[in-house]
Amino acid sequence: MINIKYFLKGFFCIKSVDSPAIALFASFIAIGALFKSIGLNIQESIFSTLLTYALPGSLIMAESLIVGASLLNIFLAVWLVNARLYPMTVSLFPLLTHKSQPRLKYYLACHFIAVSAWLIMKQNYKSIERKYRLDYWIGVGVANLSVAVSATACGFFLADHLNKDMMIGLAIVNPVYFTCVMVGAMKTVQMSLAVILGSILGIIFYFISPEWCILLGGFTAGTLAFFIGELNDN
Amino acid sequence: MTINIILAILATSLATYISRFFGVITSKKIKETSKVFKWFNCLAYSTLSALLARIIIFPVGALAEVDYLIRFIVIFICLVIFFISKKNFVYPTILSALLLTFLSSNF
Repeated sequence: MINIKYFLKGFFCIKSVDSPAIALFASFIAIGALFKSIGLNIQESIFSTLLTYALPGSLIMAESLIVGASLLNIFLAVWLVNARLYPMTVSLFPLLTHKSQPRLKYYLACHFIAVSAWLIMKQNYKSIERKYRLDYWIGVGVANLSVAVSATACGFFLADHLNKDMMIGLAIVNPVYFTCVMVGAMKTVQMSLAVILGSILGIIFYFISPEWCILLGGFTAGTLAFFIGELNDN
Repeated sequence: MTINIILAILATSLATYISRFFGVITSKKIKETSKVFKWFNCLAYSTLSALLARIIIFPVGALAEVDYLIRFIVIFICLVIFFISKKNFVYPTILSALLLTFLSSNF
């Protein structure tokens, strides 16, 4: 069913120096506190992180609950902001496929796709034998999700002790961590262009449509980066 | 109200899961050596960067209460520390929280 050795190897990646654990913990503490402030109870808060486990989507849900948006609105807004998980899955799962693994396992394992686990896997997959990459990935995912769920619970209970300045401090940790990761990923012309153009076009498209800016900006930037990178290689 | 919250959580998780689900379906047909895979890799990094830029420049929630300039100063200092510390992720992330808490409460 699952190879424990590789599962644990993936699980303990969370302890490495470049691990997203701190950023993940800080941002989900903020989410836990936010959930409490908008009226969720502890079970609902944990349930939410467990089932969604993608930070921007949870933030959108919280904002939508505050303004009393309809379910359809919540669904569409979350889908738009989390649609980035689609290219992330497509750019990761071909690296994990092996004929010995049951198909259903992939559909369950894809729940762990979120930036933090995805980045760990992208950095480490080459060092793992192909047959066991999916088990390793599940280990990475479970570790990250556990951090997120425990941080949500901590944030919920600490909510009354966190003042506005502390919440602001926690909110910057994730963007800073990922800015460092993205800058660190700029190793080829193609990757550098994808990151730089993605940031610029994401902002430009925001003025056209705040809802669609991530998808449209990301799609245009990624496609441009791909073609320019290919031309450059040739 | 409680039922609404649970439905909202279910709607959020479903809206999130469908992108992952269709990603798995698509990736069945894609080889890691193909150009399409490379293109999707670019798309993944560029959409992440677009999201990141949006969070930093047009934030929602707590970050929106901090001045643009302060946010940029913090990110810039943290990036400098990231490079000085030979790409260590721990120092810039911890420092960012302390620095922003300090700057936002004093300026």
